[in-house]
Order: sequence, then C-alpha cells, then structure tokens
Amino acid sequence: MSKIIYFFQQSWLLIVASLGFGLVLAAAEGALGPRIAANQKFKVSRLCQALIAEAEEFQAVVSDAEIVHPKRTITTDILQGTDAQGQVVGYAFIAEGSGFAGPIRIVIGTDEALKTISGFRVLASSETPGFGDKITQAYYQDQFKGAPYGRLELTKVGDPAALDRQIVAISGATVSSEAVVSIFNTYMEGVKKTLLEEGLIHGN
Amino acid sequence: MATETSAPPALTPTFLAGLWKENPVFRLLLGMCPTLAVTAAVKPALTMGCCVIFVLFCSNIVVSLMRHLLKPHLRILMFTLTIATFVTLADMLLKAFVPDMSEALGPYVPLIIVNCIIICRAEACASKNGLLVSIVDALGMGLGFTGTLCVLAAIREILSTGSVLGVPILRTVDAGGWFTPWAGMGMPVGAFVTLGLLLGLVNIISKKKA
Repeated sequence: MSKIIYFFQQSWLLIVASLGFGLVLAAAEGALGPRIAANQKFKVSRLCQALIAEAEEFQAVVSDAEIVHPKRTITTDILQGTDAQGQVVGYAFIAEGSGFAGPIRIVIGTDEALKTISGFRVLASSETPGFGDKITQAYYQDQFKGAPYGRLELTKVGDPAALDRQIVAISGATVSSEAVVSIFNTYMEGVKKTLLEEGLIHGN
Repeated sequence: MATETSAPPALTPTFLAGLWKENPVFRLLLGMCPTLAVTAAVKPALTMGCCVIFVLFCSNIVVSLMRHLLKPHLRILMFTLTIATFVTLADMLLKAFVPDMSEALGPYVPLIIVNCIIICRAEACASKNGLLVSIVDALGMGLGFTGTLCVLAAIREILSTGSVLGVPILRTVDAGGWFTPWAGMGMPVGAFVTLGLLLGLVNIISKKKA
C-alpha cells in the first residue's frame, strides 16, 4: 500500500499534467481537425488535377477499395476524373507505404483504361531533406509519367527518360526510391481488380 | 526545484540577453538544426521563429507556474511533456491556417520538441524564476532566435535569388542586370558557409567590445 502511495506522491503532477495536456490537444483537434481535413482534401484534389490535367472534376467512385497486402488489409478511395463533357479521363488514388524515415503517402494517377500511369505526387513524407525528399523532384517523378500500368522494377542504372517498367533509383536515396516503387506495386493490382469488378474499366 | 534566488533578475537585461549577449544561435549555438535547415528563404525562417516564440512563451509560463511542484528526477519529463503539447498545437495551427508553409517546413516544426533552446530556457530560467521573468526571458530568447534566423535567411535568399520576400534587391542576369544568382546559397552548403561567416563576425565584434 505504501508503495502505491509513494508512486502517486511522486507522479501525481505528471498524471494530472498528462490528462490536462491531453484534453487541450483533444479540444484543439476538435476545433482544427475539420479545417485540416478540408485543407488535405483540397490538396488531394489539386494534386489529382496536376496528374490528370484534362480532368475538370474528381469524384470518389469506389470507397474503401481493398488492397491485398501480405501483412494487413489496406483500403483506399478511388477517384474518377472527368472532363468538361463528362467523359472519364483518368483515375487517381491515394497510396501509402513505409519510407526511410516514416510513412510516405502519394497520389497516383492513371489514364481512363488503366493502361498507363500518369504519374504521382507526394502527399506527405518525412524523408531525409536533401536525400530521400528527392522523390518530390521532377527527374524522379517524370519516370513514372507514361510508364505502363503494372508491376514496376527499381534499377540502379538505366535511362530515366525511357517510359518502361524500370525506374532508376535516386542516388543516395535508394530506400526512398524503392519505397515509392513498392507502393505502386502494392496498390496497382488491387485498384485494377476493384475497377474491373465495379465495371468501370474493361479487361483485355 | 525551488531553487529560486532571493532577488529576481532585472527584466531589461534578461530581455536583452536573448538578443545579443546570450543569443541562442550566435552565442549559445543552440537550435542549429532549424537554423541550418529552414533559412533558405525569409518566409519559412520567420514562420519557424514565430513557432519557437509561441512554444517558448507557453512552455516557460507553464514551467514557471509549476516550478514549486516539480520533483527533480521528473522535471525533464515534465518539460518534454509541456513542450511537446505546445509544439503539437503550433503544428496543428500551421496545418489549419497556413498549410503550404506547414508543408514547406516539413518535419522541422515537430522537431521543435527537441530544440535545445526551449528545454534550456525551461531548465535555466523558468524552473527557477517567477512568471514575469520567465515571460520576458521567453520573448528575448524567442526574438533573438527569430531575428538571427531572418538575418541568415535574408542573406541566403538575396544571394541565391537576388530578391527577398519577393522584392528584387539585386538585378539578376535573367532580368537584364549584372547579378548571377548563387544557387549554392539556397542549398545546405550555403547555410553552413553563411552561418560560419556570421559566427566569425559576431566573435570579432564581441572581442572588440570586450
């Protein structure tokens, strides 16, 4: 009993402060959360627009599409981009995976038939500045633009300008480069399968 | 932690100490990570400085108010808890109101949690002094840090782009002028070189004053 009393004598301030600060953060999250979410939504829409330039608007056609992952079940929303005439011009989805310094969230864009990739943009990453964060740079991202939709491979040497399945890693940031390729490979099959099942695209 | 001295420090010297004599960057060499990382341009440097002032101000107030209740062996834990709360708040405010800047600063805002300036002021000042002295110390140190960041960022931005905050200062070759922007000043190397030269300059001035 005396040990319990001693524990509380020593740590009551820490316990009270933790509860107090927790409440402050919960209140802040309640007040600012919707605004942060709206900013995030706007950012996703802006990135989708950058990937599929012809699209006038995007709407979620599949919510929580299941992606096969060896360790856990992951889901994503698939957005359909349509032009001014209402024609489908592409699809976009958010994909996530582990990078060198933490999770990497990207937006992947494709053409309307899921034959080619229109590129990707980084939504959030904490990769090392000067190294891993080079995944945001054009010379790496442009390799994905126009690449065939399907399994990609990472190589250390090759022609970054070639529009093929081979993605040349960024020198000094192989883990981050590999992470992005791995994210593509994890999501692409699942997204295609879902869109085929929903009848939004047709197999060949 | 009730090691309060009988006579509290005078407010004006406490405030001025942070600006020059005990400037966190130039004299104490604290907070080097954001100093080098976010000073490629004035806008992110100013935002980082404001975040540090907010965190320093709030954490010094809380630490000063609870200084008599702190157990010596738990004080660092309490400081970290307090600082982490205010850094999280600052990060949320940036994400809500200036999302582009929040994105540009990346991990450096959450990293304020481990910024030595904040924990140093909590330990050296707020845990030993009253509320007023702690507030003045936070403002002096915060403004000293922000000012230093802005000076460093202004030099780098001018030399790497020819302008500061979008206002042209040096007429670049592209605009028909004479100045060729030094791309290196916008890169990490520029941060090290500028900081090194400024530290040398501050040391020369300090020696002359002494």
